[in-house]
Amino acid sequence: MKNIFYALLFSLVSTGIFAAGPCNVSGGKINILANEFTTYRIFMDEVKKCAGSEADFNVTHSVDHNKLQVAALSANPAEFSAKLVTNGSITTLMNDGLIRPLDDLVGKYGGDLINDNQKITIDGKIYAVAFMANAQHLWYRESILNELGIAVPSTYEEVIEASKKIQASGKMANPYGAAFQAGWNLGQEFVNMYLGHGGEFFKAGSAELNINNDQGIATLNMLKRLTEVANPDFLTQDTNAVKEEWESGNLALMHIWNSGAASILDDEGDQMIKADTRLAPSPSVAGGSKPATTLWWDGFGIATNTSDEEAEASFRALLGAATSTEMANNNPNATIWLIKGYSPGDTAGPVVDAANRGATPYPSLPHMSLLHGALSTEIVEFLQGNESAQKALDDVEAAYIAKAEEQGFL
Amino acid sequence: MESKINKYSKQLIILNSIFIIFWLVISVFPFIWTFWGSFKVKADFFSRADWMYAVNGFHTFIETGSTSTLIAYIDSWTEGEFWRAAKNTIIITVSVVTISLFLGTLGAYALSRSTYKYTFWILIAALIFRAMPHITLVSGYLFPFFQLNIWGILPTTIIVLVAINQPFTLWLLYSFFKTVPKELDESALIDGCSYFQAFRYVIMPVMWPGVITAGLFSLMLAYNDFTVTSLLLNQQNYTMVPKINAYLGTVEYGGNYMWAVACVVSATAPLFMIIMFFQRQLISGLTTGAVKG
Amino acid sequence: MPHKTFFWFFFPSGLAMLLFIGLPIISSFFQSLHIENEQILMEVENCDVFGCKTEVRVDLDATKKIEEENPLGRFNGFGTYSDRNHLAFDEINDAWKVSSSYNEFFDIVLNLPFYKALLFTITFCFTVTPPVIVLGFIVALSINTISKSIKGPTIFGTILPMIVTPLIGSLVLFWMIDAKGILGATIQNIFEDPNLSLKSSSELTWITLIIYGIWHNTPFAFVVFYAALQTVPLDPLEAAIIDGASRYQRVRYIVIPHLYPVATFIMLICLMDNFRVFEPIIGFKAEGAAQSLSWLIYSDLRNESIMLFGSAGATSMLTIIGVGLLLTPVLIRTWKEFKTER
Repeated sequence: MKNIFYALLFSLVSTGIFAAGPCNVSGGKINILANEFTTYRIFMDEVKKCAGSEADFNVTHSVDHNKLQVAALSANPAEFSAKLVTNGSITTLMNDGLIRPLDDLVGKYGGDLINDNQKITIDGKIYAVAFMANAQHLWYRESILNELGIAVPSTYEEVIEASKKIQASGKMANPYGAAFQAGWNLGQEFVNMYLGHGGEFFKAGSAELNINNDQGIATLNMLKRLTEVANPDFLTQDTNAVKEEWESGNLALMHIWNSGAASILDDEGDQMIKADTRLAPSPSVAGGSKPATTLWWDGFGIATNTSDEEAEASFRALLGAATSTEMANNNPNATIWLIKGYSPGDTAGPVVDAANRGATPYPSLPHMSLLHGALSTEIVEFLQGNESAQKALDDVEAAYIAKAEEQGFL
Repeated sequence: MESKINKYSKQLIILNSIFIIFWLVISVFPFIWTFWGSFKVKADFFSRADWMYAVNGFHTFIETGSTSTLIAYIDSWTEGEFWRAAKNTIIITVSVVTISLFLGTLGAYALSRSTYKYTFWILIAALIFRAMPHITLVSGYLFPFFQLNIWGILPTTIIVLVAINQPFTLWLLYSFFKTVPKELDESALIDGCSYFQAFRYVIMPVMWPGVITAGLFSLMLAYNDFTVTSLLLNQQNYTMVPKINAYLGTVEYGGNYMWAVACVVSATAPLFMIIMFFQRQLISGLTTGAVKG
Repeated sequence: MPHKTFFWFFFPSGLAMLLFIGLPIISSFFQSLHIENEQILMEVENCDVFGCKTEVRVDLDATKKIEEENPLGRFNGFGTYSDRNHLAFDEINDAWKVSSSYNEFFDIVLNLPFYKALLFTITFCFTVTPPVIVLGFIVALSINTISKSIKGPTIFGTILPMIVTPLIGSLVLFWMIDAKGILGATIQNIFEDPNLSLKSSSELTWITLIIYGIWHNTPFAFVVFYAALQTVPLDPLEAAIIDGASRYQRVRYIVIPHLYPVATFIMLICLMDNFRVFEPIIGFKAEGAAQSLSWLIYSDLRNESIMLFGSAGATSMLTIIGVGLLLTPVLIRTWKEFKTER
């Protein structure tokens, strides 16, 4: 799998001309549910353009999209004909069979417009088409590391060492930042670090939990050590807060989303800090080879409970945008587009690196979100120093089992 | 009316003024801070380096050439389409307040004047209804609403907000009708009025302070609601609060904080007008003369 | 009032409540008694952007078959109520057996999510409500005495904490109390401790939330008291002045008794709202330090892409029971009043 991603991004200087693409949908009803953020807005503008003026085009951007999706797509006919999904959110739709296989539509319109690895294939059938990728990775302040003679850390052990050096130099009190906010963010940090330790979340082929082991303990201890060099308010800091800390010059190292690049490197705020900001690959941990981060893709799926005409119209409009080289190259730093002919911006490097070094995609398992939820709350007391790592893992396990039993997975 | 009741000793006036000023500072300061900050750029208002930036507009000057800027307001209202949210909010607020008060005054009047046991149990039931967390209610609505194809439109949200607000309105107005002496409408009934006529001609003229108070709370609920509006409306019908929340961005992607701040200030201005308008009704003492216990 | 007249007066309001609150409560209760059908898992080959691997999926056909036989899910009685994430009877039983002291026992119990949340909820409820009522009353009395010309702006200023959208209100406040923010930095100066941060310790977060609760809720009590003050009858007040009653005596023996029904109402609503405390926890990002019952429901329904309706329903029912218990004394009094009036 290693070089597919690399090849996709860098070797595909566009060849074809997309004259008769899937665009120019004549009429039809298109109603899309999507998350709310800038890159999706850019994408949706393109979808709208592609749908043309005759189509009845609607899109709802909602931060609660995950909460709406099951109810909205279960209704028959479904409220929305299409939904933008990620490897995190697609599983809920798959669990209830709410998105349809796209093989015939891909066959009809996809052709050589899309790469094989853009096709999200489950049990031999295509259920979604991916168009962008994201991951968390390291960021550092070049001048500060240079001044103290610190090499760019490539492992978390080095991150801690470097942070301690910066602390000792008196330059910064809490030089490391990551989104440790209790809740989804904190759960995500555990997921990253546990995968970095080479852990498996579940016993093979079942929904039985497998984190109550040495790797789990090591993961928690590593998180604890990182929070010790982070701002004491770490349990309240989400990605936005970490970015503010960064832009105010309070951090020298941070581990956050690549998608933040556009706003961190823009021309607002303190330009001295921005000019000094560098991106680096995500560190590995505990002697492992793969970086302790998860890879994410964003794509679209088409509702099962919608008429074939609407499905086709929606698919064409979305595919039109998902193959628009023009959109991708006009907004090279908005995200990492998985679009043929896209030449990535200068901030894509760390994500490509993570993919090449074998970082694990965020698990698209039916019961993963139950575990993520249990992690979000149950490891907090350990990080506050109120309980042992073993107790925290016991708690996670107990909370997960209660949830999974209620949902019928155990 | 301006009798001895409103004469105060000097010490009391001073003490009172100090207390009110103290109280006002506590209540208003965060808002003044927000208002002031809404003319700055994000690097100033949300600075983690030094809060003085928000006062002197250090980065605002670097970025825009002036220490304050209207850019957040202009962008959010045009590019951010905040005007659409403002329009939806007006529709929802006016409808919710009108319908809530109409249903609430009728129901509460009946509850306050009926002497049967079941009125007590209805009031208890209303309380239990109110104890239900909104988030559970709203999540329960999703499946039927999508199935009936009434999700996303304004009327659905209006009715839901009215219903959710009824227990509160009923209790508030019930308490108020209890302070209106029964003799008033009983004498009207003896004079040959029907219950509705007694309500219309005797009670309505004296119930305004209560109704305005209840209206104020309905307005606040409809205006500020997030749980219901964020889950039951589609993009075209978003009201101001879910819109503002959308500006805050998501986990992986930063939002546009200054738009949110500018919109909060924009959203508060009309409330100021409404309260300035109705405070006269609250104060003018429509009832102080009419109701004598 | 005759039954028939009552019915028509009350019908529209009652119908709205029944449809949109009554029915959902019944359905939530029903859901809380059930758990999902068994999900049949199978291993399949999945490919995405980053490569292929063999992973488990839900076997749709097999699961659908079970679903059709048993559309409501499996009946679980009060199993969800007693599981580890709710009342946790088994865990408490075990804790009782293994712990050697009360302290140890309570440590274990308060580590369980429901009891942890309950502790905060009750603390918040009982530390916020009394100050809100007292402050609201004092502010209402104060503002009632000032001259008419400045009443309007003063009232507006006073109720600002309530009308600024809590979502953003707490966002801005959250920034202000940051160690580098205007309030946080001031507090550091006052206590002369440069490392003091309101967000870093659980205790300080609780105190912050409670102060915010009082700040945010006082305007509500103020508005209701203020409106009710307008209906205080003048005759007895004038008579009292002639009899030489002091201002304190007039407030104590005429104004307060008159405001009694309204005060009961404020207390009911405040206790109930504070018991359902939720928004400040989100606004102040305090999930780590403080969780409430409503927050547990929120996390069941919103934090995860799978919505745990059964679990959320069970916590909702427990919340309603909690509110019921909390309000019992007030309700018994209302009942007595109600009976004497009849």
